[in-house]
Amino acid sequence: RDFHERCAQCSDVNWGVTDGGRFYCRTCHNVTERTREVVNTDFVTNTRVQTISKGSRRQEKDDGGCEWYVCEGFQLVLKKQAEALEALGVCPQMKDEVLYNFWRLYLQKSKQAYCNRPAGETIKSLSVCDSSTDVDSELERSSLLHLLSVSESEGDLQTDCSFASSTSKVSESTSVCSGSVDGSLYLMKNQKEKLRMTMPMTLSFCYMALLWLREPMTLSDLLRFVVEGHIPYLNVFQHFPEKMKLCGLDLKIFCVESWPVYEEVYNQMLELAAFLDLPRFPDITDSCFLHPDMLCMKYLMEANLPDELHNWTCRVVKKICIGEVDFLTLVPGNKSRKVKYDVLAVAVIIVVLKLLFLLDDHYEWLLSDFAEERNKNNKEGSPYFEFKKWYKVIKCALDTEQKKLDEERAKYLWRSEKPLFYSVKNKSRVLKRRQMVVSLQNQFGKLSGSVRPAEKPSPSIFQLSWSEENTDGSCFHGHSLEGILQEKCGLLAAMNPDYWLCTVKLCTERLCGHLAHYREVDFPQSYHFVLRLFSFLLKIQPSYIHDEVCLIERKLFNKKLCKKPKYTVLRK
Amino acid sequence: SSQEHKSNFKKSKEACLSYIQDAMLQKQWKRAAEFLTFYVESLEKDFSTEHVGPSEIIWRIGSEILCHHPRASMREFNSFIEQMKTSSVKRYLKVCLEHSFHLLCNGLIHDAYQNLSLAESWRFGEQTAIQDKEMKLIQAYKGLLDYYSWSKQKNILLEHGQDGFEDLSVEQEMHSYFRKAAMNLKEIIKIPGVWDLFVKCYVDLLEFYGDHNEARQVLNEYAYNSKFPANPNAHVYLYQFLKRRGESKKSLISVLKILHDIVPSHELMIDFNTMLQKSKKRKKRRLGLEVIFAALDYAGWKENVKAWSCLSRQMKQIVISEKHLNWIKQEWSSRKDWWPAFHFSHYLAKGNWKENESLSYEKALVAGILLGKDCKYFKYVSHQGCKAKVKRFQILKKFVNKNNPVHLRISG
Repeated sequence: RDFHERCAQCSDVNWGVTDGGRFYCRTCHNVTERTREVVNTDFVTNTRVQTISKGSRRQEKDDGGCEWYVCEGFQLVLKKQAEALEALGVCPQMKDEVLYNFWRLYLQKSKQAYCNRPAGETIKSLSVCDSSTDVDSELERSSLLHLLSVSESEGDLQTDCSFASSTSKVSESTSVCSGSVDGSLYLMKNQKEKLRMTMPMTLSFCYMALLWLREPMTLSDLLRFVVEGHIPYLNVFQHFPEKMKLCGLDLKIFCVESWPVYEEVYNQMLELAAFLDLPRFPDITDSCFLHPDMLCMKYLMEANLPDELHNWTCRVVKKICIGEVDFLTLVPGNKSRKVKYDVLAVAVIIVVLKLLFLLDDHYEWLLSDFAEERNKNNKEGSPYFEFKKWYKVIKCALDTEQKKLDEERAKYLWRSEKPLFYSVKNKSRVLKRRQMVVSLQNQFGKLSGSVRPAEKPSPSIFQLSWSEENTDGSCFHGHSLEGILQEKCGLLAAMNPDYWLCTVKLCTERLCGHLAHYREVDFPQSYHFVLRLFSFLLKIQPSYIHDEVCLIERKLFNKKLCKKPKYTVLRK
Repeated sequence: SSQEHKSNFKKSKEACLSYIQDAMLQKQWKRAAEFLTFYVESLEKDFSTEHVGPSEIIWRIGSEILCHHPRASMREFNSFIEQMKTSSVKRYLKVCLEHSFHLLCNGLIHDAYQNLSLAESWRFGEQTAIQDKEMKLIQAYKGLLDYYSWSKQKNILLEHGQDGFEDLSVEQEMHSYFRKAAMNLKEIIKIPGVWDLFVKCYVDLLEFYGDHNEARQVLNEYAYNSKFPANPNAHVYLYQFLKRRGESKKSLISVLKILHDIVPSHELMIDFNTMLQKSKKRKKRRLGLEVIFAALDYAGWKENVKAWSCLSRQMKQIVISEKHLNWIKQEWSSRKDWWPAFHFSHYLAKGNWKENESLSYEKALVAGILLGKDCKYFKYVSHQGCKAKVKRFQILKKFVNKNNPVHLRISG
């Protein structure tokens, strides 16, 4: 009934149940290993499942709170995120079907719910911190509590950013503060075993669902929307119902102090897909938004580059076969191919720019002067593209936007509307501080002069936009590449005969985590500029894009490299 | 590296702080205030692992902004500071103290006094003992303000006395301020440190009430106790006190000797030299010469007529008596290479003559003795002086011409 996975054999979703309680595909009669019992939400042997299902049998606590488990919290987070995505235009299927099912599968696989009994664990009785608890004496007993040590005089919290190590143990008699029932247990669990849920991982879930549905949103778009506040992430726990009280270790789980990192979210997504034993994802064909041809067009527009460059990107894509369905589609597994669609597209564009303009800090300027000359006689039709002009326009825009971004980041407000307490003891101090912060903000706010309240920018796919209606000539979309091309055997080829490789040899990812090592000083300024531009658009480090560029170059010049490994400048 | 593991929260607050600092350095107070509003939430995540935590940063930056912002009033400042006082127990007294300073700088003496009194009565468990230093300072400044009040009452009393009025209440108040001030001032000057103003005030009180012994003891301690940092002013105060008391030249000289050792360019060196020149003891006179030469080594003394006249007087006396020319020789040996350019250049001769005839006279005398009649300075000035028919220059010319050979003996 509520099993929505695609059949491994025929990709259809049409399940029935065998007599043995197993699921089989009605279309091709493929029988799965999954048993019905497990997926049945009515099957109750376990208090955990009880509390997750409907919540009607929650025990009410004295302070008006109720018992809740950490994974319930995450479930709520995911729900909120899915709703936000829906508001952004993602299809409703995402929330009700895809994401929900991924989540249930996860709970099942990690034995947190929907199964007979959590493997090897008994739920210890963990009482919530009440005012009679003496925090100080517990300090000696538990290293976990080190996370919560509170120094009386300042009310400072010495917290360690990293989670408790898996070797720390909490003695059973210790009462550790957390609003959730299993907060401390949660942090203690061995990470490697069961892919423990974290806040960044909620985004991995979202992205995985988006990818499954082939929605037109790249990972960098998703993360950007998170930072801009369109998707709940920071302080999302504010939307938990009143009864779910958060305190103590819950904060370590649900409070974030850093923005999600692309690599981390991406890698966790892959791990997750493997962990959940998902089959091959729906095909990414050339009509999908995520296909390099599409994404290249998008980024070319955003980077204010001539549309004509699209022909070249398509050529490169075709030549190195990265437009193939099998290359682009995700097949979860231990050695799944890593395809970062946005980074890939951007890297292709950079390679094309290198092909046409060389970008060695000399040639592109010469070419630009040449195009400028030719432009003097070119009064009809579209002007020839001049690198110099483009550089000036983009640099100006980039510097402005970067400056704005830096200021915005410095002005960012992290605290939640709802004040958080590590322990009940801590509460009055926290409230007092909150009061002071608000009062100081008011006082200095008045002295700030006319400050418009910061408005959330409305969500948009494009961060930079250029209009051809501008008469100042700052839009290069329609410009022609003829100025830098020449005819060869009836075809237009680049005038530039040379190319330089970013790196001759790729590093092993296992050793250092990178394919190449990017240092600004080692490369031409123009190359760095281009990296900087796309790094700004995708909000990732330039070195990530550089890695991808190296990979593509490797593929593109593979044959030549095998023949002449010594030369770094190649003739095409 | 530690940079990587810093959360974005921390990084963004650090960035915010640097924007605040930039704005403040450029005196853009509105902008600084704006960024401060975004910074203050750091208080809620005050982990105090840094040397200077957010709470202290906010206090200092906020104070600075409120000091300079055109629209910020004293009332706002006060309300801000009150908040800062409550935000940190460990810093309570320090904030109180600086608040008082600020009030004093704005002429709100009464408010400052009330603040200090309030702070003085603060108690908070073991913090009181830990913040002992600040407490002492608070008491000291309170004492200072008590002295100020005492002084006011004293002036009123003197006025009334002149007018023939007797004012018992004023007198009583005055005495009461005296007691309070004396108690606090006495305490603070016990601690090794630089307490110039406090010492002065305390001594003033003691002298008024006739307790000269105590005053002498206090000043001696202040000047000679090795635990106290070397402080020229301590010696100056002691000297002034002894002079007031009419002490012997001997004791005055011994005090000034130490001052000369510490600060050869001190203005009191003129008095010192004058005393020494008059002494009957040869050693003292010798020291006098040394003192005045040493003072004139300093650029700040170049145009000091009094100093030059001291030197010229002494040198003239030596030349005429024909005794102790070797003293001048000794002093001149280390200076003959650079004093001519430093003091006796042709350019200076022209400038000095034009601006200050007496200066040029004294200097010409000295130059004439040291460098002979042919030296640039003397030649120019004496020529000008004689041309202008000023009598003393004519006498000068004759004197130097007569004693010309002296300079050879000196420079040899």
